[in-house]
Amino acid sequence: MRLGRFRCTVLRWSAVAVLLANFQQAFGIPAFARKYGLPCSACHAAWPMLNNFGQHFKDNGYQLGNDRDAPIYQEPSYWPIMFRTTPTWHRENNNRQAIDVVPGSPSNGQREASVTTSGFDLNGLDVITAGTLAKNISFFVQPFIGSSSINLAQSWVRFDNLVGSSWLNVKMGKFELDEPISQERSLTMNNTGAPYYTYFFTPPGDNNAFVGIGFPQLGVELSGHNDTTRYSVAAVTDSNGGTGLPTNQALDVYANFDQSFETPWFGRQQVGAYGFFGRSPTYFLTSNGAPIPGTGQGNRSFYRLGAYGHWFVKQFDFYTFFMHGYDNVFLGNSVPGNQPSLLPAGAVAPTFNGGFVEAHYNPNTRLIFLARYELDRVSRQANPGLAKNAGNLDTWSLGYRWYPMMSPRAGLAWLQEYSRIRNVGDAPLSGKDDFHNSYLMGLDFDF
Amino acid sequence: MGMRSKAVSVAASALLFLCASGSAQETHVGKLVGNAKRGKALYTRYCIFCHGPYGDGRGESAAYLDPKPRDFTKAVFKCRSTPSGALPLDSDLFDTISRGIHASGMPSWKPLLRQERVDLIAYIKTFSSAFQEEKPGPPVAIPPEPPPSPESIQRGAQLFQSMNCWSCHGKDGRGNGPSAASLTDSKGYPIVPFDFTSGSRFKCGETDRDMFRDLVTGLDGTPMPSFDSAMSGDQKWDVVHFIRSLSNPKLHAKLKTGPSEQ
Repeated sequence: MRLGRFRCTVLRWSAVAVLLANFQQAFGIPAFARKYGLPCSACHAAWPMLNNFGQHFKDNGYQLGNDRDAPIYQEPSYWPIMFRTTPTWHRENNNRQAIDVVPGSPSNGQREASVTTSGFDLNGLDVITAGTLAKNISFFVQPFIGSSSINLAQSWVRFDNLVGSSWLNVKMGKFELDEPISQERSLTMNNTGAPYYTYFFTPPGDNNAFVGIGFPQLGVELSGHNDTTRYSVAAVTDSNGGTGLPTNQALDVYANFDQSFETPWFGRQQVGAYGFFGRSPTYFLTSNGAPIPGTGQGNRSFYRLGAYGHWFVKQFDFYTFFMHGYDNVFLGNSVPGNQPSLLPAGAVAPTFNGGFVEAHYNPNTRLIFLARYELDRVSRQANPGLAKNAGNLDTWSLGYRWYPMMSPRAGLAWLQEYSRIRNVGDAPLSGKDDFHNSYLMGLDFDF
Repeated sequence: MGMRSKAVSVAASALLFLCASGSAQETHVGKLVGNAKRGKALYTRYCIFCHGPYGDGRGESAAYLDPKPRDFTKAVFKCRSTPSGALPLDSDLFDTISRGIHASGMPSWKPLLRQERVDLIAYIKTFSSAFQEEKPGPPVAIPPEPPPSPESIQRGAQLFQSMNCWSCHGKDGRGNGPSAASLTDSKGYPIVPFDFTSGSRFKCGETDRDMFRDLVTGLDGTPMPSFDSAMSGDQKWDVVHFIRSLSNPKLHAKLKTGPSEQ
């Protein structure tokens, strides 16, 4: 049971890692800086993290609204493209890695050991082309070139300011959900600290095909905004952004709303709420025993709900984020919806709560310090046989990014980060808590 | 004793200077008070690449921008509510930052906090000693607007001809008058007259009152002069109505040919 749960957890986070690696993180986009002559710092508190001006620019379809947005106003040689890559040195440690007692001979048994790896590395190449096809028609295409694959991380077209209103914008394609805090713009890049785990969390033993709100999804989004209020509603195919209709025919719905307000002493503050409501298949039609893609059956419901805030105190700011999650009992126990007899005795729909606090100190445009603490707690195990705290995790990160140069043509950051995660009861053999530690330093640059 | 007296005198002078310069650089928009130190950090983040570290409009991106960024050291501003040649009010600069300058590289900075925009103004004013030495002029008076009518538009069209507006803006208001190609701003950069048919977003505001104000104040630093003494208030409104009709062909045709609304 424990090994099974471990495998499930490992497979899940491996899938998250692979998906994250394949869409990489975004990006300051020098293509926009070149177009408008603005520095990175105009749109980014510290790239890739947006400030309010940058968020407004993004919400407006990558347009400043000064009648210089359409491509016709650009030099014919202007090509809205940007490249980003990050050469790094990093060290990874897992204190309870399962290893063969005799290397190469698994039949001699396994033991747990602390395993450390380190070295110089490269995380692939992000290519982003984005901007406007015409006034009020914007686009975004983001291929990611990894060490062994090319992946289309995002690709969409957006019709902006329909009927002259900033409240009506329609986007279609593969896009980042309007997340409370953008996963793609996370300031941390190391293996342990890169994801916001809460975005991807599911309780142990759960086989919900939906991986998390942190991935770009395929669908259509209606959104709108003014200077202080934003909303978005998206209908997306239940495929985690995977192409080729791999899962089922269900449409999931994501909605986000946020409101900012100006306080006399502390400036802008922001609060918001979001929800993702979906139905995920529990089994597939098969042919010779092999699942037929797109024929997912026995859909069962799940949801993710929560609230968040972004708070400013002079040069400090911090995010607070909360999520409550629910998966149907069949999803939670990995049981096909047409075979209820396979549910373990006392099985229930699992629930969990998670959240994080992420603080930034941004003394100037060239330096930002970051600290994050995140925890996820299973509040109700799907299988009563599981330990109450199984699957819980705690993680924290510390780091800084320094931007020695910044121009309307390119950006360069020197970064150092350390992250640590504790997975409760997740050691593969002993069932003890296991820890992963990552340290990373490197150069993150785009042009 | 003499030395002490001199030292006291120097200290008092220094204090007076600091007080004077401090208050001169302070900025008031409504109840908000700007702070130049905070404004400097914001300027470095948002403005420096166009307007330059010294506020002289020679930032890194300036070479690629048309029209060129404003040179704050000259303390000459297009969009003001004060008479031609006078310094702008803080609220004028606030409005410009908030609104942006249409058809230029200057976007609307409304996503910034109101306090931040006021702080920016406080810092921008430190680039020119004029803000310490002079006071802004009084805001110009704008009389109530009479309703537009075919007659008003017709009179405006005649004034547009007789005041030689057409020589820059063109007979149809398309910004293609005979002088247009040779116009330069006060720094010698080529400048294009506004095409009134392109829409209603004028550089210094969209409303009829904004256009009226432009006629009174002129756009300092550009060839657009003040028509304050050249036309009466009613005549200026006639010109406003004519210009407004140029960007609205339906209205233009209706008011030009239809019955009077009055």
